Amino acid sequence: MELREDRRYSRTHEWACLEEGVVIVGITDHAQCELGDVVYVELPKVGAQLDQDAVFGAVESVKAVSDLYAPVAGTVAAVNEALASKTELVNEDPYGQAWMIKIQPAPGASLDHLMSSSEYEAYVQESGH
Amino acid sequence: MSNTNELSRTPLHGEHLALKARMVPFAGRDMPVQYSGVIEEARAVRTHVGIFDISHMGRLRIVGHSVTQGIQSVTTNDVQLLTPGKAQYSLMPLATGGIADDIIVYMMAEGDYLLVVNASNTARDIDFLRSVDSLDGMLTDCTNATAMIAVQGPGACAVLQRECSANLDAVPRFGVAEGRLYGCAVTLCRTGYTGEDGFEVICDAEDAAAVWRSLIADGAVPCGLGARDSLRTEAGYPLYGHEISETTSPVEAGLMWAVKLDKGDFVGRSAIAAARERGPERKLMGVVMADRAIPRQGYSVSFEGDEVGSVTSGAYSATRGIALGMAYVRADVARAGRRVEVVIRGAPHAATLVAKKDLLTCRTDGTVTGKV
Repeated sequence: MELREDRRYSRTHEWACLEEGVVIVGITDHAQCELGDVVYVELPKVGAQLDQDAVFGAVESVKAVSDLYAPVAGTVAAVNEALASKTELVNEDPYGQAWMIKIQPAPGASLDHLMSSSEYEAYVQESGH
Repeated sequence: MSNTNELSRTPLHGEHLALKARMVPFAGRDMPVQYSGVIEEARAVRTHVGIFDISHMGRLRIVGHSVTQGIQSVTTNDVQLLTPGKAQYSLMPLATGGIADDIIVYMMAEGDYLLVVNASNTARDIDFLRSVDSLDGMLTDCTNATAMIAVQGPGACAVLQRECSANLDAVPRFGVAEGRLYGCAVTLCRTGYTGEDGFEVICDAEDAAAVWRSLIADGAVPCGLGARDSLRTEAGYPLYGHEISETTSPVEAGLMWAVKLDKGDFVGRSAIAAARERGPERKLMGVVMADRAIPRQGYSVSFEGDEVGSVTSGAYSATRGIALGMAYVRADVARAGRRVEVVIRGAPHAATLVAKKDLLTCRTDGTVTGKV
């Protein structure tokens, strides 16, 4: 399982990374590995308002569909249009080219409630995977 | 997983673990859902050759002088059309006209049949068959003593022929041959459920690992249940529990080609005849999605704002790079080329109805845009 030190992790297997005031969100390497070949990614429209832990989309693999949850509250500032046609990026580069949305965080929103990479690693191992 | 200990294992279980397959519980067994990846495995079957452990399926041998009539009375196809070395797709009907199972009946010799049945229905099928007077005492459940490996794909015949004593080119589709494969005694059935040429190979349980390894060494790609489900959906083949069940009729499932109403009496005959007379209220159709959202079992199908049907199976077609599936659709709406919508996570997604048999090839017929 590949992890990145520079980001935070949710219990629902999203990663979040604060960059120039905007939170970039994607799914973890562990999540893509569990899903298998991803064939469809459903994302919100730019401007959509998200509560923390709200469903913002879905990622569909050959075997299952899995909801995507917003790690922070805010407004969708950008969505990764490349995933409409190149869904395999989610399997190939989950922390890079397969970012999913960018959230302009709501006032007072932070990443503090999310796990560090070492906490997430322990969480995944405890979950019995 | 906590219930893994209660699951039984096929003779190839150790091979799956050695290949680091992802295992899932299926019909009471611990089965491989994928090895390298569903898409890669499905493509291997369409372009070369893949192998599947299908040992979980029930293998029931029925031998005796008067068993033909007994089998005839509990299946829909006409067993009298079989000759030694030939097989047929058939249904085990219920008195209600519903479907208890879909099966393949192989005639090994005069008065000697092999029935291959769905894993989840095996125990019930055995009880039912033994309840028929002329079959009682004639049935042997060979499921656990043997293994079954499906070898499927355009290269299947060539891969198998390398170390096989039987002349496989001479075995027709739905034909059966016996011989030796890699030195092991096997039964080779030219059947399968992927839409490709190939054989289903039955061997003794203790020979299974050797046959499996030799096939891989000869270039066959191990494939799991995920690829198998994708391939059979692309081919428009029904799966018990999805397209067919106790409450579906062969009339609406489009399976009347496997029902011979004029062969004489059999369980469910009058109910099926009446259903055909009335005509189906719904029909099983193929569904091709305009985008890549997968239609999954239970999703509703709508047409001009009305709910007109329900999805039975869906898959990502590795062969075509599109999402497709099957659905029961109200008979007056069920026409090839009809634009409908599948409701996925609350949102309508554009789709087109096609004949099931066209799911693999409808790209060229002009009814599908293929664009989002």
